[in-house]
Amino acid sequence: MKNISLAAGLGLFFTAAFFLMALFAPLIAPYGMAEVVGGVWEPASDKFLLGTDSIGRDLLSRLIYGGRTTIFIATAATLLSFSLGSVLGFLAAVMGGWVDQALSRFVDLLMSIPSLIFALVVLSVMPVTVFVLILVMGLLDATRVYRLARAVAVDINVMDYVEAATLRGEGRVWIIFREILPNALSPLVAEMGLRFIFMVLFVSTLSFLGLGVQPPQADWGGIVKENAEGIVYGIGAALWPAVAIATLAISVNLVADWVLNRTTSLKGGRG
Amino acid sequence: MSEPLLKVRDLKIGATVYPPGQKPHDIEIVHGVSFDLQPGKVLGLIGESGAGKSTIGLASMAYGRGGVRITGGEVWVNGRDILQTSAGDVKRLRGGEVTYVSQSAAASFNPAKRILEQVVEAAVRHGKLSRKQAEAKAILLFEKLGLPDPANIGKRYPHQVSGGQLQRCMTALALCPDPDLVVFDEPTTALDVTTQIDVLMAIKEAIRDTGVAAIYITHDLAVVAQVSDDIMVLKMGETVEYGPTDQIINAPREEYTQALVSVRSIQHEEKAPTPDPVLRVSGVTARYRGLSFDVLKDVSVDVHPGQTLAVVGESGSGKSTLARAITGLLPPSAGRIEFAGRTLSPDQPSRSKEDLRELQMIYQIADVAMNPRQTVGTIIGRPLEFYFGLRGAEKRKRIKELLDEIEMGDGFIDRYPAELSGGQKQRVCIARALAANPKLIICDEVTSALDPLVADGILKLLLNLQKIEDVSYLFITHDLATVRSIADSIAVMYQGAVVRYGPKSEVLAPPFDDYTDLLLSSVPEMRLGWLEEVIATRKMESAGN
Repeated sequence: MKNISLAAGLGLFFTAAFFLMALFAPLIAPYGMAEVVGGVWEPASDKFLLGTDSIGRDLLSRLIYGGRTTIFIATAATLLSFSLGSVLGFLAAVMGGWVDQALSRFVDLLMSIPSLIFALVVLSVMPVTVFVLILVMGLLDATRVYRLARAVAVDINVMDYVEAATLRGEGRVWIIFREILPNALSPLVAEMGLRFIFMVLFVSTLSFLGLGVQPPQADWGGIVKENAEGIVYGIGAALWPAVAIATLAISVNLVADWVLNRTTSLKGGRG
Repeated sequence: MSEPLLKVRDLKIGATVYPPGQKPHDIEIVHGVSFDLQPGKVLGLIGESGAGKSTIGLASMAYGRGGVRITGGEVWVNGRDILQTSAGDVKRLRGGEVTYVSQSAAASFNPAKRILEQVVEAAVRHGKLSRKQAEAKAILLFEKLGLPDPANIGKRYPHQVSGGQLQRCMTALALCPDPDLVVFDEPTTALDVTTQIDVLMAIKEAIRDTGVAAIYITHDLAVVAQVSDDIMVLKMGETVEYGPTDQIINAPREEYTQALVSVRSIQHEEKAPTPDPVLRVSGVTARYRGLSFDVLKDVSVDVHPGQTLAVVGESGSGKSTLARAITGLLPPSAGRIEFAGRTLSPDQPSRSKEDLRELQMIYQIADVAMNPRQTVGTIIGRPLEFYFGLRGAEKRKRIKELLDEIEMGDGFIDRYPAELSGGQKQRVCIARALAANPKLIICDEVTSALDPLVADGILKLLLNLQKIEDVSYLFITHDLATVRSIADSIAVMYQGAVVRYGPKSEVLAPPFDDYTDLLLSSVPEMRLGWLEEVIATRKMESAGN
């Protein structure tokens, strides 16, 4: 941790700040999430640091609670997509043959449908709960992770050390988790940073379209939707969630870069 | 004495290293090397990997590869210091006055362009010849280098000619702009022995006929002795010995040079075959899926307990495929494999744990044979845990014993493979194989990626371990010097079939069949004039031509 670069430090700081904010939202937020405390679109003041929203709720509090929802959904969906996608990808690479064919063609099929449309169709026929949202987003994104994991694992699978493990008589579980996974971690971690941000954007998009998080529950996409009309009158309330998303995206990727550098130098790579 | 073409004075070269867990820092890799090269002469640079020989060769083009920087000294070419000259002048120098032939021609040619186009490029770009003249010259060079159909071979793409031919095309490429100096960087190392001598002879004649000066870089003293006038022996970026070839070969002064000259002089008494071989391969035939021909044809060999069978052949002869058939990775289409009195099932997944344990394997490239994310302790400890259920202190004790056996201390137990040298890595792989307490170890070219002195150490270790553990080896190699030092019996393979098989003394004694003769005569010998003798007397053309 000593020779940490400025970029990585900033990234770590902001990422940590966002996650802590999400975790302790009720303690930090000055007002309740759905509490109407003032007039419509009041400007920033001592009372309301970022002003109020379209129906007079404190915007800062909405943002903090919205971050909690958005980050929670994005994190859970990312974890789901990575555990599912990478394990299936590794399995396809190790097994080869018809298992690989079946999984890969199924994934191709899913990927050939634009994921936003697919999600819209699924969510319009299913009850929109947080659980369903996470499930749909995680499954759709698992296809991307599967592709990457399979490609990386196919390369690793032909290494002599994997052959040595096979000849020793090791089972698939050992080969996947002990031989392949540690060596595939670097590209996966890098991808994880990116995927997490796509998840944030995805859930925000869904909410903006009205099929994501349902009001009065706050989330960043929802806040944009609620305050979008204000832009016409020169009210910037809808821009704050965008600022939050951009800051989070940059800092998470700085952290991913930092982790990547550290892990590659472990095997003697060029830091 | 006339002014030398190339004059190197106190050359120092540095690089930045990135050790794991430490701050990057600068190190010096060449510490003040000086030499002269007269026009038309050949200087051999020889040393182990890391000796700085390629780096010095490239410095004569004022070039540092992969973050390497020339930090001091002078390099004079044709009367000017090229480290001080202008960028435009360096451009004229590279590819014009000094050209370069790399180890892997296959990786150096652009696969999307025809050979001729690439061969004439430098001469045309430097304005030395018109395209027409350059093409005529290239065809002349193809002819001189002994390439078949010189008028048309340039119209082919790089993948359409063999490795040996491509290496000659690269020599033509280097000679086409009429340079004053050519740097040959291990030009024959990647080739089969039988192909190597043809390419070597072609290079030697081309150098003689064109009167070009050359730096010839290699790790094989016997090879460099055939082509160079002077030899410089390097070690860790320093000159060990520098003198005429005759003196270096016949009267080396330094201890290190003497060791290089006398390498591979291990003596191994052949043991008599026993009635019960530990491995009996009978009539094995195999092919890869999608191929229309058999890669192994009716192969039958025995390995006796506590003895070594060497399987010799060029690349493509099927020797590694034999190992895959025995280990069950490529189930044979016909034939039987008996091991320790039982018949082995043809495919690996259906073999018992006992079968797997008693048949271990060591690979050519130790780097990729060990998981870079596991420590030495994990690598060696896993077979102990997997086969014998050893845990905790008991396991650690056995790992330490094994590390002792391979002559490495227990200080290595928590290191990662990246922190080991090439020889140490191979030793760890040997320890991993030994940990299973096997009856037979298949060694697939285990010394060919190593420097001669390191390889020597590994062979000695293997012989020693054979005495202690009474393990048998199936030793796959293309190197006959290795075979002489460790085998009890030998199988010579050619195009998937065993062409000669028997005890070492019989296989290596005349009368020879044509292929064995070619193979035996192609092993470079450490004496002057050997190359010409071989070319004049051999019976069969190498397949790689």
